[in-house]
Amino acid sequence: MDIKRRDFLKVVAGGGMLLAANANPAFAISRPPKSMPPEAVGMFYDSTICIGCKVCQHGCKENNEMPAEFTIRPPEMVDRIWDDPIDLSSKTLEIIKAYKVGTGEEKNSDVNGFAFIKRNCMHCVDPACVSACPVSALKKNPVNGVVTYDKKACIGCRYCQIACPFGIPKFEFDKPFPQIRKCQFCNHRFAEGKYSACCEFCPTGASIFGPARDLLEEARKRLTLTPGQYYDYPVQTVNSKNRLRQKVAKYENHIYGEKEVGGTQFIMLAGIPFDKLGMPPLSEKADASLSEGIQHTLYKGMIAPAAVLAGLLFAAYRSTKNHE
Amino acid sequence: MKEGFKEADSSEGTLERLVARGVSRRNFLKFCTGVAVAMGLPLGMGAKIAEAVTQAKRPPVLWLSAQECTGCTESLLRTNHPTVEKLILELISLDYHETLNAGAGHQAEAARLKSMQENKGKYILVVDGSIPVKDGGIYCKIGGKTALSLLEEMGSQAAAVIAIGSCASWGGVPSADPNPTGASPVIEIFKSKGIKTPVVSIPGCPPNGYNFLSTVLYLVTFKKLPELDDQARPKFAYGRLLHANCERRPHFDAGRFAIEFGDEGHRKGYCLYKLGCKGPETYNNCGTLLYGDAGSQAWPVGTGHPCFGCSEKGVGFHIPMHTPSKLMDITPPTIFPGIGEERGKGVTVAAAAVVAGLAGAAIGAGAATAKKLDKKEKEQSGPRSKE
Amino acid sequence: MTESKPLGGKIITMPFLVFAALAAISGVLILKRFIFGLGSVTNISDGYPWGIWIAYDVVTGTAIACGGYSMALLVYIFNRGEYHDLVKPALMASVFGYTLGGVSIFFDVGRWWQAYNLFLPWYSQVNSVMLEVAMCISLYIFILWIEFSPTFMEWLKMKGLLKIANRLMFIFIAIGVLLPTMHQSSLGTLMVIAGRKVSPLWQTGFIPLLALISAITMGYAIVIFESIVSALALDREMETPILSKLSRLMPWLIGFYLIVRFGDVIGRGQLGLAFTGDLQGNMFIIENILFILPLIFLSSARNRTRPKMLFLSAALMLLAGSVYRFDLFLVAFDPGSGWRYFPALQEIMITLGIISAEILGYMIFVKKLPVLPEIKHA
Repeated sequence: MDIKRRDFLKVVAGGGMLLAANANPAFAISRPPKSMPPEAVGMFYDSTICIGCKVCQHGCKENNEMPAEFTIRPPEMVDRIWDDPIDLSSKTLEIIKAYKVGTGEEKNSDVNGFAFIKRNCMHCVDPACVSACPVSALKKNPVNGVVTYDKKACIGCRYCQIACPFGIPKFEFDKPFPQIRKCQFCNHRFAEGKYSACCEFCPTGASIFGPARDLLEEARKRLTLTPGQYYDYPVQTVNSKNRLRQKVAKYENHIYGEKEVGGTQFIMLAGIPFDKLGMPPLSEKADASLSEGIQHTLYKGMIAPAAVLAGLLFAAYRSTKNHE
Repeated sequence: MKEGFKEADSSEGTLERLVARGVSRRNFLKFCTGVAVAMGLPLGMGAKIAEAVTQAKRPPVLWLSAQECTGCTESLLRTNHPTVEKLILELISLDYHETLNAGAGHQAEAARLKSMQENKGKYILVVDGSIPVKDGGIYCKIGGKTALSLLEEMGSQAAAVIAIGSCASWGGVPSADPNPTGASPVIEIFKSKGIKTPVVSIPGCPPNGYNFLSTVLYLVTFKKLPELDDQARPKFAYGRLLHANCERRPHFDAGRFAIEFGDEGHRKGYCLYKLGCKGPETYNNCGTLLYGDAGSQAWPVGTGHPCFGCSEKGVGFHIPMHTPSKLMDITPPTIFPGIGEERGKGVTVAAAAVVAGLAGAAIGAGAATAKKLDKKEKEQSGPRSKE
Repeated sequence: MTESKPLGGKIITMPFLVFAALAAISGVLILKRFIFGLGSVTNISDGYPWGIWIAYDVVTGTAIACGGYSMALLVYIFNRGEYHDLVKPALMASVFGYTLGGVSIFFDVGRWWQAYNLFLPWYSQVNSVMLEVAMCISLYIFILWIEFSPTFMEWLKMKGLLKIANRLMFIFIAIGVLLPTMHQSSLGTLMVIAGRKVSPLWQTGFIPLLALISAITMGYAIVIFESIVSALALDREMETPILSKLSRLMPWLIGFYLIVRFGDVIGRGQLGLAFTGDLQGNMFIIENILFILPLIFLSSARNRTRPKMLFLSAALMLLAGSVYRFDLFLVAFDPGSGWRYFPALQEIMITLGIISAEILGYMIFVKKLPVLPEIKHA
């Protein structure tokens, strides 16, 4: 029987209308977003007062026992004396990158200017890596919200790398017994009353640590300051008495991480639009909510599969009985 | 300390005077060589400087002091080797200096006017202190005349002007907010009044005496000013940031800082950036030249106090002392990773060849199979389909 | 229903030796992978952590191995007994395809010595798509071997056991239809969490449906393809009549697939991206042409009776589904900021070796075990 073109087109038209009517199942199916844990800690990076000294990188390496890396380009600039990574990697959990445009002379300017950006794990409120990991190797601490990694659980499937919108988890492809590496806010120092090494060492207060709520408040406050005036920037922690009086630069009116993928515990301010600094433009929706939504809709409590199985057992029994 | 300053006497030979004071010709030559080296001139120039300064006529110098603290003069005199330095001052004829004059009052004025008349267009004018311009410049008057009018008068007839100290170079202490006297530097006043006399600025509070000395000797030897930057400062002294040659720079690079005066880091001699050191935005040679011939670490940072940019316009007396410095030499060098660097392993010739080969083989096999099937179909041309 | 019989004949043939050589080479390279790490034989990186071993060996390989699933669905669920003869060979292809897909996962995961963590309930993260896929596929491989075991029992002449097995087989058949429905769709769902890293031409909540439909269709395609190729290679008569009937399903399945595919892309307003001339746009066009062609070919009754057209359509459909998966996992995936990936030579050789091992296994089984239906000569 030839499939007549007319019939086929009828089916197409019908199906198309059906589809258009239902649109994307995405929004109907997604599970609700998550919220910041009660005692969430965080990090706040202000690119405008970062001087690119890279002491944070040094402190991070020292406190996480990571080796130096010499991958930056061009290779002839590498003298293997200074730590020169080209990007985050299995050896570099935190990095300062530089943005340059035109002659690159004026700091925090997008015209013939330059700026710095700090990259490390964003410690999302609704982490994609935690949702993706099949064996709970990546977990979000329910109290302080730090996203931690447990190599004893990890099977090295690298799904977390696929999932993370910021490309943070890095894998040791060069080792026979590899693991995932990423910033964990130096949570191994929390017990002795310390905090992230990068914040402890930053000389200008560009990187500060503290309760996530307080950091967000501080970021909002800075957006109300007048460029050119002096402000006493807190150093090391947001509630520190130690302050450095510095000139306020012109901020981009955007706190990165406030809303992106449901919010992150590492937030940023800068004088340059964030997409130029390599921070991806993301909606408020965490992709984990859609992915989990699909799974829950289909498999929650294994009810639907059980029902389908019942039907299949019945059908299979009937046909094999006849074919015996 | 007033000995050794006589009025100009062109007939007495300088070298003879030196020898009479017990300075050997050899030591004198060594000194001139040292000066040449400090200025970045070739070694041979030492002899030339020695020759030039010991030749006949000593160049006349008039020294105008405006809103100053006399620190610049004191720093010149405050040395550990009084004999030679004092004598060098005898290599010039200091015809007028408000602090060091033998005479005073009308006598001093008369000496000034006489020298100006005799040496018109040939004398060097040294200025220290800032010149007030507000309210007609009444905030500084010498001999009934405003410093402003004196500068115009003396400056326009000089061969060259050396503005010594931050005050004369860019305004210094008196120019700090709100600058009630309108304290202004020589160079600005010359510009506004259209005076064309060349100016060298030697900022510092006080400046290192050797920077001044070397400039004068250069001027006398080569009859021209040394190479200057855009703020009229000699490049040999002000061409580099303190940060570039600071002895504590490795601590900065490694992130070792003193946080408070007297803390462990401070006692270990760590970098003073966090205490507000302005080395990263101050151009000067303090860290290399040091001060007062007192040995190593005889400069602010060496003693454990952050530099406050005393010689730098817009920094000293303007930016709060403990505010972190701007870093001047930081246009990102290529040694920072860029935002989006190319990474990952792409296609190699071998891999591409294999893939192409496989694709070719697959297409070939598919085509061959199709052809075979075609043939088989033709062979079985009888009724086949049971459909 | 015809009896199955081993084909007999020499095992060691020229093709056998060629595939054996490829398998041996890959064996050495796999050893290298375990001694020196993944980076020593692959080009996967932090930007592209999944390469052809996931995109082909696991995702595409198992989809191609859906013959058993598609035939079980048709014969045992929809009770179309006339296709019975096609079941065993399809099942065997599934056994190999899935087993080797599972083995490939084992080679790919970095901490393979802890891979059993997937099955330890105290580690299970139940929201993870990967967990469901891993457990489902593992269980399914087990089920497939059970479904295939009667063939061994026949070979070993264990009549009693065979009777029990046939009586209980409906349970395993039912599970064996449920599991691929779950994991073939979820293999696609894996990429949903990558969000905007996957091009809007592919990223959609409809991925599970698209993946499932294309997998089922590929199941029928592989049955047709394998039947024709093995008939030619082993010099047997074509099973054209039954293949012809089977192929009727395909235009409807492909049609439904394309409606969902284009309805979704157009509904989200993203079709314009297909025409930008970049790699993603061009691959989208190629991918969908590969779906459309078999749809057109098999819509004609005449074509469905011609082995050549059946073969071409089946091949194109397999290619279409494969390209869809390659595109979803590799071409559509853009981690941003300058990353690039192309498989390394050693990586390709390992994949080829795995496919060769599959073919070797097929050759041995088909000659030694009662898999293929006996051809009654006219």
